[in-house]
Amino acid sequence: MEQHSHLEPLFISGNAAIARGAWEAGCRVAAAYPGTPSTEIMEYTSRYKEIYSEWSMNEKVSLEVAIGASLAGSRAFCAMKHVGLNVASDALLSQTLIGVGGGLVIVVADDVGLSSSQNEQDSRFWGRFAHVPVLEPCDSQESFTMMQQAFELSEAFNTPVILRLTTRICHVKGIVRPQRDSYPTVTPLTGFVKDVKQKVMTPAHARFRIPWMFEREALLRDHSEVSELNRLVGGDDRRVGFIASGPAVLHIMESFPDAPILQLGLSYPPPLGKIRDFAATVATLVVVEEVEPLLEQEIKAAGIAVKGKELLPRQGELAPPVLRRALRSLMGEVAMPDVATASAPVVREQRVAPPVVSQAVLFPRPPTMCVACPHLGIYYCLAHIRNTTISGDIGCYTLGAGEPWNALDTCICMGASMGVALGLDKGRTAADKDKKIFAVIGDSTFMHMGMQGLLDITYNRGNVTVLLLDNRAVGMTGGQDNPASGRDIHGQPALQIDFRKLCEALGVRSERIVEVNPYELPTLFKALRDESKQPEPSVIITNQPCVLIDHYGPKPPLTVVDEKCTGCGNCLDVGCPAIAVVRRETVTKPNGQEKQLAFVTIDSQACTGCDLCPGTCAPDAIVPLQGVSRG
Amino acid sequence: MVDKVTNILVVGIGGQGVMTASEVIAQTALRAGYDVKKTEVAGMAQRGGVVTSHVRFGKRVLSPAIPAGEADLIVAFEPAEALRWCGELRPGGVAMVNSEPQAPPVVSLGLYDYPADPIGEIRSRGIQVQRLAATEIARGLGNFRLVNTVMLGAISHYLEFSAEVMREVILERFRERKPKLVALNEAAFAAGRERGMAS
Repeated sequence: MEQHSHLEPLFISGNAAIARGAWEAGCRVAAAYPGTPSTEIMEYTSRYKEIYSEWSMNEKVSLEVAIGASLAGSRAFCAMKHVGLNVASDALLSQTLIGVGGGLVIVVADDVGLSSSQNEQDSRFWGRFAHVPVLEPCDSQESFTMMQQAFELSEAFNTPVILRLTTRICHVKGIVRPQRDSYPTVTPLTGFVKDVKQKVMTPAHARFRIPWMFEREALLRDHSEVSELNRLVGGDDRRVGFIASGPAVLHIMESFPDAPILQLGLSYPPPLGKIRDFAATVATLVVVEEVEPLLEQEIKAAGIAVKGKELLPRQGELAPPVLRRALRSLMGEVAMPDVATASAPVVREQRVAPPVVSQAVLFPRPPTMCVACPHLGIYYCLAHIRNTTISGDIGCYTLGAGEPWNALDTCICMGASMGVALGLDKGRTAADKDKKIFAVIGDSTFMHMGMQGLLDITYNRGNVTVLLLDNRAVGMTGGQDNPASGRDIHGQPALQIDFRKLCEALGVRSERIVEVNPYELPTLFKALRDESKQPEPSVIITNQPCVLIDHYGPKPPLTVVDEKCTGCGNCLDVGCPAIAVVRRETVTKPNGQEKQLAFVTIDSQACTGCDLCPGTCAPDAIVPLQGVSRG
Repeated sequence: MVDKVTNILVVGIGGQGVMTASEVIAQTALRAGYDVKKTEVAGMAQRGGVVTSHVRFGKRVLSPAIPAGEADLIVAFEPAEALRWCGELRPGGVAMVNSEPQAPPVVSLGLYDYPADPIGEIRSRGIQVQRLAATEIARGLGNFRLVNTVMLGAISHYLEFSAEVMREVILERFRERKPKLVALNEAAFAAGRERGMAS
């Protein structure tokens, strides 16, 4: 290893470090479904030609692919965001009884702070639930080394290993010192070993694997006590000592540089002996963990006095400002003197207060749909149809719940739009007798977990109008390829799914499957009206690509003829970010009512000429910009 | 006392080049021999939402997040975003602000007002603001995408490493993939550097 230390340090994210670590460990198979903050792990992994990598249809499949590869004798991993492991957990909870062939690592990224997720959950729970070890790096360098250690641990203890990341690792770049500049020569592997009692989980077999699993867990518990992954760092002011894992370790070091920290790189099973010894050396013991008080409960159950969530929030990142605020009284003068405090104490007080500029003072800037997004027309129409309940799903189109459309009523988890819509139909009360039930789902989410829900609708005679927004990409996470794009993870030609045939096979009558161009508003309106009146399930498939992928062809931009604009503001209901108001006026109508007018302009640098907004403009004030072609 | 860490907060709107700018700052600091950490934002933030990137460099950087009220420099690609984040500056810190406003759809829809004078408001809080017509300069050079190179040129006065190294980091990015843009970025950096010094 040392002879390679001449290699140039890399400045890479935690996600890229995971990929590098897998490659240096001789990993052979990797699978993932995209999801923030984990997406780039597989994007980087796919650049290493020695590793078979794939976009799987969902996280459960990705884990199953990794399981198969492991049983076949190869080192393998899957990567997912926190909610993905809920989907994959069915496979995990049985695989733990089987063990591994080649090392098997489940990389899971918790979106602590909800940068782009529907909930915040703590994946360390799965370690307890599945009785498998959990590793927690604190930065890019540790992500790189722990990925390799995870494979070794997996093989040494015959167990799947969970490697838990958080957003603050995945999306932070730091320096990583690589150890190898070539893919390692892996010792010849044994290949698949037939053993039905170990690998076929029938009740008769599984009941004997359960004690085996607990024995393994006991061995891991012993290992945790001696593992170098659990180590003392920080200073030696013994008044307050910390137990921490993941990026919280760095946050403590930053906040309280003199405090000693027992860093748990192998946080499950926790090294309770080591923790007990550490507790004896400090006056007060505090456990800092993002999100749930898991270690805290286990340490308390072991009879060791420790403080935790009575001081610290149960939600969000435990960054230095949070730690300093929460632990100020406990730390007393131990708290790090702040430069700002020393130089300007009065101003300092102001600085630590909640954000100086509150949202009440300044407008919010929520994510928007892109200029010319094919979803804009859909929501423009849905917003104009009355008496609807619209069940939504996970993707860019969740933004349809916001302004100006307000045209999405539920969003729960991947694929939920289908089952929820059926339930809305079956559970309707007399008051909702005539409500039209719509379900909105994107191509990728449909293939992830929506197809089964559609089959449930057709099989159980539900009446739902499904909008299948096929933009030929996993849009939300950056346009990854999938069977809708017809390209694989390397951008090479692959199967392109025919959604019409697929929906037909799932039981929707072919007459009730309509394909529309979402930029043609009249056609779209008609399809939505007609299909929602039908007494049976319909699917309306939109057929225009995401504007951020190279299937999309921009056209010359549009402009507003000022003399023609009447200020009606209809075009603003499209919600395109390229349209902006230049002037507002209040006029009094003949009947005495006041009316607000909003005169608009179109940002020609941003506009891609999708021709959606001219369809909303009665006076034809929106026209192609003359003499401009896009470069 | 811990070793001094320099904190730079880059803020703007998805699609403006915030990430590229912070990457250039980070790479420049790396070349100057510092330990560096940089946050990246992905996912929903790229859809016209607020984007922030933290760059921290020094002898050793621990936490990747800039503690509240400890930013030395804010590089704001949009004036209202500068106002939103100016509370993150330490006393004596500097805000370099692109003066071109960009109102989001919620403002166009009439649900919120855009502040009348965000830069003046920041100044009234006693913060040192450097106003720069970066978008205008970029358009003048023929491509509004040059705005982040203009901004980088402007902040080069406030960083401890040489402007020459930063300029080189920027130009290298283009030499390989888009050699035609090298000269334009050279001009954008120079224009930013010249105007950033004023006032």
